[in-house]
Amino acid sequence: MWERIREIVRKELRQTLREPRMRAILIGPPILQLIIFGYAVNMDVENSAIAWMDQDLTPASRELRSRFTASRYFQVVEEPASDLEAQEALDHGRARAVIRVLPGFARDLARGRTTSVQILLDGTNSNTAAIAGGQAGAIVNGYSADLLRDRMREKLVAATTASGGPVTFAIPTVSVRSRVWFNPELKSRVYFVPGIIANIVMLVTVMLTAMAIVREKEIGTMEQLMVTPIRPFELIVGKTLPFAGVGLLNMLMITVAALLVFNVPFRGSAPALLVSTILFLMTTLGAGLFISTISRTQQQAMMSSFFFFQPAFMLNGFAFPVRNMPEPVQWLTYLNPARYFMEIVRGVFLKGTGFTILWPQMAALAALGVTILLLAALRFHKRLD
Amino acid sequence: MISFRRTRAVARKEFLHILRDRRSLIAALAMPLVLLMLFGYALTLDVDRIPTYVYDQDGSPESRDLIGRFRGSRYFDVRALAGSHAVIERAIDRNEVLLGVVIAPDFSKHLAAGQEAGVQLLVDGSDSNTASIALNYAEALALAYSGELRSKAMNRRGGGELKAPVEPRVRVWYNSELKSRNFIVPGLIAVILMIIAAMLTSLTIAREWESGTMEQLLSTPVRPVELLFGKLSAHFALGMLDMAIALGAGVEIFHVPMRGNVLMLFAASAIFLFGGLCWGVFLSAVARSQLLAYQTAVITTFLPAFLLSGFVFAIENMPWVVQLVTYIVPARYFVTILKGIFLKGVGLHVFWREVLFLAAYAVVLFAIAAKKLRQKVA
Repeated sequence: MWERIREIVRKELRQTLREPRMRAILIGPPILQLIIFGYAVNMDVENSAIAWMDQDLTPASRELRSRFTASRYFQVVEEPASDLEAQEALDHGRARAVIRVLPGFARDLARGRTTSVQILLDGTNSNTAAIAGGQAGAIVNGYSADLLRDRMREKLVAATTASGGPVTFAIPTVSVRSRVWFNPELKSRVYFVPGIIANIVMLVTVMLTAMAIVREKEIGTMEQLMVTPIRPFELIVGKTLPFAGVGLLNMLMITVAALLVFNVPFRGSAPALLVSTILFLMTTLGAGLFISTISRTQQQAMMSSFFFFQPAFMLNGFAFPVRNMPEPVQWLTYLNPARYFMEIVRGVFLKGTGFTILWPQMAALAALGVTILLLAALRFHKRLD
Repeated sequence: MISFRRTRAVARKEFLHILRDRRSLIAALAMPLVLLMLFGYALTLDVDRIPTYVYDQDGSPESRDLIGRFRGSRYFDVRALAGSHAVIERAIDRNEVLLGVVIAPDFSKHLAAGQEAGVQLLVDGSDSNTASIALNYAEALALAYSGELRSKAMNRRGGGELKAPVEPRVRVWYNSELKSRNFIVPGLIAVILMIIAAMLTSLTIAREWESGTMEQLLSTPVRPVELLFGKLSAHFALGMLDMAIALGAGVEIFHVPMRGNVLMLFAASAIFLFGGLCWGVFLSAVARSQLLAYQTAVITTFLPAFLLSGFVFAIENMPWVVQLVTYIVPARYFVTILKGIFLKGVGLHVFWREVLFLAAYAVVLFAIAAKKLRQKVA
């Protein structure tokens, strides 16, 4: 039995590696995707282009401006003189926000009145807008807090000297100290790159498995295989094992690139990652096998893998957090093997967790993997008889 | 001369192909709906109800007041009061919470003494995007609380009312509720059109080669340009139908604002789709095999439209090398136009450059596709 399986594996490997085009498909798309995802998928909001509309032109307004330009979050790209120009800057997308200091800003400050700074945000991309708005608000609030402190000090000094008592500046404040775990610089790349492993392993193995089997059917060599003494079970194992190897190789490639090129930390246990990848491969190979049983042509196999891959990709939490999805959809994601693998990969890379914490996800993967693989194998078996 | 009759005959044949292949037709029509459902209902980047644990080491009225503010904010979902740091750490490890708020044991004592009282925020930073938004909200909340305490203290000591001298007044244009759906759904039209071009057009000519019907077509008097127009028109109709479905569902079901000119939208989509289809035909003519045509089409149309167009991931955030690359991605221009029409309600005077580029790109690709087809056919 093992001999026959070995023969199939050898044939499959030779067939896959002989064709230059197939070799390219094994290596090209993973690398391309790694580069695109690694570099393009960046949600960090820095150096936002802003338009500075200063209608006050006083030392106070200039001081506020220097606080904006000194932060790494903003750069002033233009200075509109009128509302119309400000609107144009936003309409054309030249600036993400317009900061407007109204006339009388310094005067109101001097009189101790509350004055305001307008922040007009281009909300088109709600995500960057929310972050940039928060950053701008924090700068204005910081400026305000500094002014307030000076002002209170003056008042207290005046009050205490008037009453003749000792001078104290004691004013209660609540200070916030933040400690960011796992990704202290808050770089989105660190979050996205490990997740690419799940996507690429899934994309490559599902499609390759489905296509490899359907191709045999399409060109008629499946009959030839059937007349050999090989048994369906051996055929399935022999057909899927090489692609499991490809999946593991992809995982390794991306892990190395993540560590060397993208400087992503690897804090957890490598055996946990390896075991989980094997469990995950069971689900993707099973899916590929299943697709091969419902497709007659390679085109159908491609389409079906696309329809499997799309929802599995969207609903795995790679770019869009599962937590934000509506409840029924969240329930649906429990059926998505990529969701568990995504949590495992991120846990292992970033949080340094291992078997003790990730075992529920691994158990889920194992259960899904066994089910899908069994169902697909049974269906495949029936098709052959 | 292009014969209208022959072109129509090819188009008719192609329509029949599409109509008869039920599976592909259903796939092509269901795709915009599936993608819209996913992006409209399921996928959002909006951060609210951040799962939070609070560890109150002080247990004073002041600390409870602060916790009450976290409870009252729609941005936080205070799941439980933790009894120790370890509980928060474990919950973060297990992805149960994202944020831990720790109030120091001497919180109220320091406040009463007019000193600085500390609140510690523990954040799971692995999802940097959510984490930085969560931090912003938490810091703003603490700052507001602090400001109130201070003015109260000043009042008590006869210092008179003191308000914050400057307050930021944020106004959001175009997407005032800051919903990610409002910018993702319009951009989706570009992705859908590119999928049509990639998945269907790239296969049409390769399929004729593979199944050997190309020779039959060649023996007819039909000319390459007529063949091209005929093939394009069928898929063009399908693509525009998809775009109409996406527009209708986006506006009616998901209430995405549509502030600009609908005609302008259709015109721009037509130009973009035409270019994409020509590219698909070109790949199909070059590759001759369905697998290769499909693979290259996905990599050159779908992926860039998804990742490099500014559809979800803002181009301004990318490194400048990648930003340069986006300038040759037609979807980038189309997404700018889409967002302009849908959200900003602006017209040609703002995005005429983008339209011009798309038109030039469509013309060039049409010429290339026609030339390639002529070479292959002749």
